[in-house]
Amino acid sequence: MKRLLPAWLGLPRLDPVMLALLMLITSFGLLVLYSASGQDMAMVYRQAVRLGVGLLAMLVISQVPPRILRIWTPWLYGIGLILLLATWVLGVGRGSQRWLDLGLIRFQPSELMKLAVPMMVAWYLHPRILPPAWKAVVFTLAILLIPTVLIARQPDLGTALLVAASGMFTLYLAGLRWRILLGFAGVATAVAPVLWLMMREYQRDRVRTFLNPEADPLGDGWNIIQSKIAVGSGGLTGKGWLNGTQSHLEFIPERHTDFILAVLSEEFGLLGVTLLMLVYMLLVARGLHIARVARDTGSRLLAGSLSLTLFVYVLVNGGMVSGVLPVVGVPLPLISYGGTSVVTLLAGFGIMMSIYSHRTFIK
Amino acid sequence: MTTYRAEHAIKDQRNERHLFERRARTAFVIIVVCMLALLGRYVWLQVFSHESFVTRSENNRVSIRPVAPNRGLIYDRRGRVIAENRPAYRLEILPEKAGDITALLDELSELIELSEDDRKSFGKSRRRYRVFDSVPVKFNLSEQEVARFAVNRHRFDGADVVPYLSRYYPYGALLTHVVGYVGRLDDADIAHVDASNYWGTRMIGKVGIEQFQETELHGTSGFERVETNVSGRVLHVLERQDAIPGTDLILSIDVAVQQAAWDALGDRTGAVVAIDPHDGSVIALVSKPAYDPNMFVHGISRQAYNEILNTAARPLFNRALRGGYQPGSTIKPFIALAGLELGVVTAQTRVFSNGTFYIEGYSRPYRDWRDTGHGWVTIRSALEQSVNTYFYQLAVDLGIDRMHDYLTQFGFGLVTGIDVPGEGKGLLPSREWKRMAHAQPWYPGETVIAGIGQGFNLVTPLQLANAVATLVNGGNRYEPRLLYATKQAGDERAQRNIVPLALQVPKKNRRNWQVVIEGMDRVVNGPLGTARAIAVDSRYRVGGKTGTAQVYQLDANEEYKASEVAEHLRDHALFIAFAPVESPRIAIAVIVEHGGSGARVAAPIAQATLEAWLDQEVDLHIGQQIELEPGP
Repeated sequence: MKRLLPAWLGLPRLDPVMLALLMLITSFGLLVLYSASGQDMAMVYRQAVRLGVGLLAMLVISQVPPRILRIWTPWLYGIGLILLLATWVLGVGRGSQRWLDLGLIRFQPSELMKLAVPMMVAWYLHPRILPPAWKAVVFTLAILLIPTVLIARQPDLGTALLVAASGMFTLYLAGLRWRILLGFAGVATAVAPVLWLMMREYQRDRVRTFLNPEADPLGDGWNIIQSKIAVGSGGLTGKGWLNGTQSHLEFIPERHTDFILAVLSEEFGLLGVTLLMLVYMLLVARGLHIARVARDTGSRLLAGSLSLTLFVYVLVNGGMVSGVLPVVGVPLPLISYGGTSVVTLLAGFGIMMSIYSHRTFIK
Repeated sequence: MTTYRAEHAIKDQRNERHLFERRARTAFVIIVVCMLALLGRYVWLQVFSHESFVTRSENNRVSIRPVAPNRGLIYDRRGRVIAENRPAYRLEILPEKAGDITALLDELSELIELSEDDRKSFGKSRRRYRVFDSVPVKFNLSEQEVARFAVNRHRFDGADVVPYLSRYYPYGALLTHVVGYVGRLDDADIAHVDASNYWGTRMIGKVGIEQFQETELHGTSGFERVETNVSGRVLHVLERQDAIPGTDLILSIDVAVQQAAWDALGDRTGAVVAIDPHDGSVIALVSKPAYDPNMFVHGISRQAYNEILNTAARPLFNRALRGGYQPGSTIKPFIALAGLELGVVTAQTRVFSNGTFYIEGYSRPYRDWRDTGHGWVTIRSALEQSVNTYFYQLAVDLGIDRMHDYLTQFGFGLVTGIDVPGEGKGLLPSREWKRMAHAQPWYPGETVIAGIGQGFNLVTPLQLANAVATLVNGGNRYEPRLLYATKQAGDERAQRNIVPLALQVPKKNRRNWQVVIEGMDRVVNGPLGTARAIAVDSRYRVGGKTGTAQVYQLDANEEYKASEVAEHLRDHALFIAFAPVESPRIAIAVIVEHGGSGARVAAPIAQATLEAWLDQEVDLHIGQQIELEPGP
């Protein structure tokens, strides 16, 4: 793409395809949120403001060349770690310390790490020879395991797994040998019982409930059952917007946050779910395309890892709502109500757009 | 930065890109497979299991709730409301939605006063209801409590204040021993009601008419299909099948007469029963002391209940129905009739009373109430003056078994069959009874005193009144009835209740019956009648018979002086009466515990009662419209 005007004078550097897909998802998200919130316009308005902030962040970040972003990376990662440590001391939240209360806004440092960890891994691997040598692998693992452990301790298993996954995806895309990857998988399986012992009781309950939700249909399994009823009763075309009885009669738990997909499935049916998944797939595909055409190693790894992580979000949330994965508290990207996740996600897309729009000027 | 450049220099960019491309492609394939698997899950849920989930979602959304029928009202025979339904509010909890019940109750108690008793009975009843049924916590909330809850309702998932109709007894204690009361449905009740008809019912008749006529009063439960949200709040009613209200009952009790008897009894302990001899319907049934049934409707506190329970006079005890008293001289008219009908004596048979009676061959004296005796008496004057010697002789001549058999026909020793639960059956002794109950032979002396209604004899006030009714109506012994008429929901008119005839007492000679009635007439209207005092200001010609029942057993030679005996050992005072003599419209039995003299204490009570009845227009008859007061 030839630019006729200097960058600071011309149109902002954006990826129109990605932007279009994002607008499609977020506007659909607001529509679903209106229904899921019980037609609470104030809630929709608040979420729209957050989306606006996120889009602004995306716009700003996309103007910054990846080179500069890479320079910031260690700082961002360092600040993220410090904030994570701060939650240990100052954290607030129900049953877990996830939030930092900054007076004006409440903020989840773990969300920041979803961006900072893949950025840091990409930063670290950028100058190295790939596939990474043993020493590099060990360093990479250290980069991703420190925040993962801190987040898991909060405890926030879902985010910890996503953060770890984003780092692992970078390693995978960097060409880490399959047998090493399989070795990690083997170790993870071996470690699982130890992890079980380390888990908090409520986390164990979630796993137990996931394995057999019908065992306690009025207790913990209730959420999963109600969510499945919502999805199942939606059928092929759904009950129609604002007509979902499961959601409007408040049977769906967390219906405007983690379980918003259940509302969507109930009201828009299989058709709505499939279309949404298609858009997500297009976003992921677009992200991988951006990675493919990126001009340097770090950008390539980062864009690829962010795309794959986005997919994991969708997969885990979709699996959780339909009862095939445990309830780990992963929101449906860009649609679930909540500020931090929307802003970090859109910032991530900003990074990808920056990579895309600056590719011709690298070197 | 130097190392950076150095390492950068030896990176194989092309190879790296190829490596990345391979990895990304593999990843994308895995992604597509995962996504297809996920969508497969949604297809499974939304297409293949759709039907079953639609059903479950519908079950979530719609619940079926009972619509409790309105309980039938109860009127007296002149259409006054004596048990009504008043709008009230109760607090309910839906345990399924409530979460931590104890915490919820704690929070609620800031708005609505919840006593320890309320909590306990909630805990008890909770076990009885299904998890998705709401359980009542407190009935009859005050207006302030309802308002406070309404404002804070959003804070309490699973709790709700619901309107209902609360039973109210406007006459309070006056009719307690007739009407009884309703109370919370408990485990014992559940066992013998049709659960499907009672699923919305919270109250059930516990005592009296409320208990006996439960089936009539309750009505038929309806239901509604409602849409509820997750906290069980009803959002819409989708379909409704109305309940059929219970039948309204018109009792034969006349509140005015009941009140007159009540007032006349005053603070004394005792009972008054008045029966219409035409049809066996009960006009008044008073037992004192009584208690306010309204206390029991919403669950009486333990303290209040203990207070009632431990009162020496036992207000819970229904003396009119269950009290067993020695009939004393009130038995004499029946003994007299037995003597005449069985041909043992005639109206002209004369007996000489010198104050003391002996059985041949025994030395124990049996006394008249007048030391010097009454001289020569016939059956009429023996009744008039209550001459014991006449009846001692008659009893000996009849023998205990003939007495027993004859008196049985008047219902002594048998339940009357009245339409309220729990009546006693008294005791009419016989040779066989004594052998069975005491494994002892019958002694002649026991026959003698049986002739004046003492010894083993026990009657209930109801039995006595019914026996009088039978005597004065020519031998028709009815099963007395409190239920006068019923009015089913939607009916214009009330249907008269038929009073069944228990027995038609065989009559050998109509004259014999007339003689006894004349004797009883002379008790009040004769110059020497024991109750002649009440004739002075009586507007009606009254027949009757006085009686005293011994509480305190005297030695044979001791003399009874009321003034010297402590109140609780003083004789019970009895009086039976009917009026007007020429065509009796009311038969009465009065018992005043420790009242002493039947004539002085019990007779005026009977008089006040029968006048309250006779002062009114002639009673309504079958088919006549009863004007019912409009319900609340």
